[in-house]
Amino acid sequence: MQPSDARRTPPDFVQPIPTGPYRGLNPTTKLVIAVAEALVAFTVRGWTGPLAVLLVLATTAVAARLGRRLVPFVIATVPLTASILLVNTFLFPGATDVILRIGPFTPTWSGLEAALQATLRVMAFAMSVAVLVLTTRPDELVADLERRGAPRGVTFVIGATVRTIPRVVQRAGEITDAQRARGLDTQGRLWRRVRGVLPLAAPLIFGSLNEVEELTMALEARAFSAAGRRTTLRVFPDGTGQRQLRWAAALLTAALIVLSIAGRLAFLP
Amino acid sequence: MSLILRDATYRYAGVGHPALTDISLEIVPGSVLAVVGANEAGKSTLCLLAAGLAPTTIGGELRGTVEIDGLATIGARPPELAQRCGILFQNAETQLSGTAATVWEEVAFGPRNLSLPLDEVVERTEAALSALGVEELAPRDPGRLSGGQAQLVALAAVLAMRPAYLVLDEPTSQLDPQGTQLVGSALQRLAQESGAGLLVVEHKTDLLASIAEECVVLADGKIVARGSAGDVLADPRLDEWGVEPPSTARIERAARSAGVQEPMLSALATRP
Repeated sequence: MQPSDARRTPPDFVQPIPTGPYRGLNPTTKLVIAVAEALVAFTVRGWTGPLAVLLVLATTAVAARLGRRLVPFVIATVPLTASILLVNTFLFPGATDVILRIGPFTPTWSGLEAALQATLRVMAFAMSVAVLVLTTRPDELVADLERRGAPRGVTFVIGATVRTIPRVVQRAGEITDAQRARGLDTQGRLWRRVRGVLPLAAPLIFGSLNEVEELTMALEARAFSAAGRRTTLRVFPDGTGQRQLRWAAALLTAALIVLSIAGRLAFLP
Repeated sequence: MSLILRDATYRYAGVGHPALTDISLEIVPGSVLAVVGANEAGKSTLCLLAAGLAPTTIGGELRGTVEIDGLATIGARPPELAQRCGILFQNAETQLSGTAATVWEEVAFGPRNLSLPLDEVVERTEAALSALGVEELAPRDPGRLSGGQAQLVALAAVLAMRPAYLVLDEPTSQLDPQGTQLVGSALQRLAQESGAGLLVVEHKTDLLASIAEECVVLADGKIVARGSAGDVLADPRLDEWGVEPPSTARIERAARSAGVQEPMLSALATRP
């Protein structure tokens, strides 16, 4: 029996408060840090920006004991970084410092340098996303943003997108199976697979649109468009130190972007 | 106080002919009204109209009136309607918000939208789960439930809004026999204990025979029969209207055509 005057709180399994180094930070603090890291990596030119961000990220990853869980995120960047390396190294506009000649191809030192810097930027971006994703559950972030007054529509889209992806994948699998059962060849050569995607697209898109209509009605039936801030189930830890950290990260990032655009960071290697 | 449709004619946006014509119904708190009819008879449209989603949310044109406890649904804000009349659709998957990590949070989704104090959100959520006997599902991922469980969670999510009326649009149509039994017995409990007025659209007339007091038959968007559930569901014209009679009526008919005499027939009819 619960005493009648006791405040009723959600059960412990609802949005448990994360603990541990870095993971225990407020979700919004981790989001601000991740955005700041990505922006600095892309806006501070030369080697300094991406290398400084990668150093911060490596320290964070060690503190949060992320280890091998970062590997898939690195692998995901390979197609992009490989194309960046090839295009820049071999086709860098205006470069004359040729490394060697391979038939009609002439890789250049300037191109290689630009390619490596761009690769580091992409890696820094991927790692900033990885550290955020691996240390913060989407529902934690959504709940904290809601508490801070983020519009319902925005937080719903974030939360629903993350949770809908597996369902769309499952639905695509079901439609593929149905198409195969009717004789469509969705395996084998690349061209056959491409042809197999076309009959899959229409039912997937129209089915999803139909579901969106039903979901909209179901949401309205649960007062989704009511005015006011949604009730917060849990309050994640936050304090003066974290607030200062967020402001510092935001201001430092803004300053670096302005200085970089103004050409005042040209002295950095 | 009741949910009333008076001479309601509804036309979907961009469609020439009305989906429903001259519908008049009344659902009082604590009663269960069953609606049966063939596919395309207008049953789902009736649900949307009764819950106020048509035309408020989906558009279209309504002539006549629909009132929920005196509030005309035309011009009412959806959150106001949501607290007066809940609606449960056929497909449980599309009714779940898709944003909750646990069943508990899914059920709390509606009360949280109303900005209720946390105490009340917790109280409503736990009461709704308990009313349907699904407290043990609370920590589960809503995306990993069976069809019957997901439909019960969707129903609990509607109950947590504490509506005076519930509109259920074929709540068991996508469920296997086990899921149907699960939801069917929950509806029976709701009908007996919650005091809410229920409008239930179903093809499974056995289920309706066990929970409804009144029944209407829809055909081509019009009411073609109405009366006590016992009388309407025993009407020999049900087949003409595209409605499968309850199993007791089918057995009785088969027995009659096989020459079974009256005392035996009465005994069959009174068998559950």
